[in-house]
Parts: sequence; C-alpha cells; structure tokens
Amino acid sequence: MAAVGERRVSYDARGLAEPHAEAPRVAEVEDGRAVFDARDLTTRQINLELRRLLYEEDVADVTVQNPGSKHSLGVGILTRCRITFEGSLGYFGCGLVDGPEVHVKGRVGWSACENMMSGVVVVDGNAGSLTGAALRGGDVVVKGRVGARSGIDQKGGTIISLGDAGSMTGFMMQRGRQILCGDVGPGLGDSMYDGTIYVAGKVKSLGIDCVPGEWTDADTELIERKFRIYGLGEPPAFQKFVCGKKLYNYDNLEPSERKLVL
Amino acid sequence: MCGIAGIIYREGTHEVGRDMTRMLQSMKHRGPDSTGYALYRPYDHHLVMRYKLADANTPRDFEFADRLARHQGQVLQRLRSMDARIHEVDEETEYAYRAAFELPNGNLKELADRIEDIPDCEVLSLGHSLEIVKDLGDAEEVAGQYDLRGFTGTHAIGHVRMATESDVDISGAHPYWAYPFTDVAVVHNGQLTNYFQWKRRLERSGHRFQSECDSEIIAVYLAEKMSEGATLEDAMKDSLEELDGVFTYIAVTAEALGVCKDEMAAKPLVLYESDGVVALASEEIAIRAVIDREIDTYDPYEGEVLVWQR
Repeated sequence: MAAVGERRVSYDARGLAEPHAEAPRVAEVEDGRAVFDARDLTTRQINLELRRLLYEEDVADVTVQNPGSKHSLGVGILTRCRITFEGSLGYFGCGLVDGPEVHVKGRVGWSACENMMSGVVVVDGNAGSLTGAALRGGDVVVKGRVGARSGIDQKGGTIISLGDAGSMTGFMMQRGRQILCGDVGPGLGDSMYDGTIYVAGKVKSLGIDCVPGEWTDADTELIERKFRIYGLGEPPAFQKFVCGKKLYNYDNLEPSERKLVL
Repeated sequence: MCGIAGIIYREGTHEVGRDMTRMLQSMKHRGPDSTGYALYRPYDHHLVMRYKLADANTPRDFEFADRLARHQGQVLQRLRSMDARIHEVDEETEYAYRAAFELPNGNLKELADRIEDIPDCEVLSLGHSLEIVKDLGDAEEVAGQYDLRGFTGTHAIGHVRMATESDVDISGAHPYWAYPFTDVAVVHNGQLTNYFQWKRRLERSGHRFQSECDSEIIAVYLAEKMSEGATLEDAMKDSLEELDGVFTYIAVTAEALGVCKDEMAAKPLVLYESDGVVALASEEIAIRAVIDREIDTYDPYEGEVLVWQR
C-alpha cells in the first residue's frame, strides 16, 4: 500500500475524464504536414495528439480524419496553424482557440468556437445553437444554418452564416458583427449592447432594444471583403440592425452610489 | 441534463433494441442515473404488460422475497378474474415482469387500476406493440439485465436520466407510458413549470400519476388529447401553448414518432433523415453510434413539431 503522500488522486467517477492519457503518437508526418485517424481515439487522446504535433513537432498543418462527432475537439489551440477536420464535430468544437485556421468538412454541434480569440473557423455544414458564444475575435464562417442564440455575449469578431439562424440570435451581444444570409428567428439582437447584425432574409421579430441601423459605405466594404476572402460569391442585399441604446442607464447612479455623492 | 433518442425505420422490422442501446450508451455522460427504453414491435393480438413489484433500490428486508411472490400471485389472480387468457409470464429481474395475454372483454384502465391496487405495483407499459423497460444504471447494464439487444421492432425511443426534479428510482425514470392509453410513450429533456396545474387538471379527469416526475404529465396530456380525437401532431402543437417551461420531447404511438421543441429552443436535438430511417438524439454522437459514417444532420428550430408516420 502506498504512503499517503504518494497516492495518486484521480477523479473519474463517470469513466470519462482520463487524467493519465498520453498522446498516442499515431500521426504520419511528412513535409511539415501531419495526418492522423481519430476513429479509435478518445477526445483527450485526439487533443493531446494535436498539441504534440503543433507544439512539440512544430507541424503547422494537421488533418484529423474521422472525428466522428466527438465533443470538445480542437480546443485551446494557441498557435497559428492550419487544422482540417474531415468530418463533423460534436459540442464545444474549436473553443478557446487563438490563432488557428480551422476547416471543418462537416457540421459542428452546440457552442462551437466558444470564446475564440482570433483565427478562422470555416464549417461546411450546419452549426448547432450558441455558435460563437462569447466570441472575442476572428471569423466563424458557417456554410449551412446556425441554431439558436448564435453570438450570445459576443465581444468581437465576425460570425457569417449562409443559411437560416434560430431564435435570440445575437442575444446580449456587446461588440463584433454577424452576417446572416438567410431568415432569422424571433428575438433578433435581444438586449444587445453594441455591435452590428446584418440580415439578408426575413426577420421573424426583433428583440428588445434592437433597431434597424443606417447603412454606410463601411458596411458595404466590410461585407464585400468578407465574401471575397471566403469565396462566397456575390453578396445579397442586407438590412442592418444595431442597438437602440434605450436600455442604456450608465449615467444613472445606483442607490448606494447616490448616497455617497450626497 | 438528460439525453433523449429516437429511431424509426420506414419499412420492415429491425434490431431496434440493439440500436437504442448503442445510442443511449454513447450519451451516458448526459445522464448516468437511469436508462429507459420504449420499444415497439409490429402489432400483435396479445397485450403485453410490463410491470414492477418493487423498485430497484427498495430496502431488501426479511420478507422481501415472500412479498414479491405473494404480489405476483395477486397480479395473475386479478388478470384471470378479468377473464384474461394468459399466454406467457416472464420474470425479467427480481422485481420486474412481463406478461402477455389476451383480454377479450375488458377495459384497460380498469385492468391497470386493479393491478396497481396491489401494494408497490406499477404498470410500466401496456399495449399491443409497446414495451417499456427502465432501470437504474447505464444502457449496457439495462440491456443486459433485460436482454434487449435481440429485440426486433419498428421504432424505439430511449432516455438517459440525470435526476433533477425527482428521485433516482424506476418510477422517476423515463420513458413514461400514457396511462391508461395503449401504445403511447414519451421521453422528455427539460423542466415543466406548470406541472402541478396540469397534474391536478388531469387527476380531476380520472388519471393517476405514479411518480413525482414532471415529464409524466406530457404522456398523459397527449394521450388525453388523442382520445378526444386529435392527431399526435395536433396534440403536440397544442402542448407548445399549454405546457410551460423548457422541453424537447419525443412522443410515440404504434404508428408514429414525433418530436416537439419549445419556444426557447433551450434543449438540444439533432436530426437525421434518410429514405430508410429517421434518427434523432440530443447529440449527434448517438446517431453516429448506429450510422457509422459522415452524415448530414441539422437541429430543428424553436416551436417545431415534426411527426413521422409508418
């Protein structure tokens, strides 16, 4: 029996966390490019293999085959690189990344690109709800449709969707842009603080304090540039929505502050 | 959290027991407390009743075995007293049974009420196609215990439960049978906030509730609407207005499988449709557990009701 000090503590009540997992070292590396098959690997093994290649082997282009809709793949990558997923991702894909250019040749589940700092994520299929939640920077391009509440709490960056979008899109958005080419569900831009939402299709209903904005040349320039970069063809005509700032009460003091001033 | 799954084949019978086990096992992380199945066979003139005489975690006191045997005897006696022609009775586990019988002249509500009058007895399902199996543990455990991998049928739904609103026991596990209507079952992911209002309303019209679980009212609510002549789709559309809270639920009858998502789109659902099969689940990984290749899936939007008929 091991002494108390030596005992390794691991919390694995549900058999999901793998505290002792190691990178499986299965990738084939050639000319600075790496490919590996994720079919029989666990989430942690896939992420550890990605990190090993990007940080230790200095590979800048990794292709992951058969991601199989597993959750939390490609999370927390903090270096400039190119990652290709040849299939769909589950929930929380490419969250907390800073720098990579990711191409998902399938769909993504809920909360893709959550809290992304910079980089590009291009998704060929659909996306689930909460796409780009708390996005800070970079571009998220979804070629299918997005679910509900995309760009909730968005603080920067750009979300582009070529298909429809669900309810409460841009809920409590604070900065950044959304370019939505399809129809949008109810409550668009509800309680947004700032930022811009462009919609080409029909809007089912606007959320609280979201109002149509005035179109400027800068808007045209932005949309044309983004469409050109991602090869999305000729942009359709967009409406612009911004915050009405009716809920702004920043000048009013809180009751406790008022006492201090008096 | 909870995870729900459903699969319906458009033609023929398939190994839905095996499929559903794979789907639910891959979503084990969404709910490790209990696992439940509602499996549908092609219509049979026998009625199949699944019932339990104790819960999985009932304390095993001195008289436990005696009591079970006595109660089981009473079940059979009451079945016979209603002129049921018993075809077979299987003891699936220590406390769960499956009885197949014909009931030439009897009403199902009366039968269910008489059986449930026996102490600790709960009818889990009753129908010509439907069989509900639920127990504590993950899908592999439950499928092994009840030998479900060989179950062939037309469609199935399932549920992995993370208990939030009521106890961890079989009574609180999904799917729910729509007592006293044959062949209707529901699995639900979410919370209903006008549960007590509906429970009282449905109790006044004569329904019983076996659990404290909010999801149970969805099944009875739908079944009552359908008994008044509504189609499954209409009943589900009404529920969007009349049930409050957050929910994504799957409802099944002997011929149809439907899914309903609330106005907030708060709970997930991923949907795959092909010429041969429709599969849906809280996570795509569950669908990929039975269709092992890259597929096109999408998430239905808020307030959507979708029904597939066989």
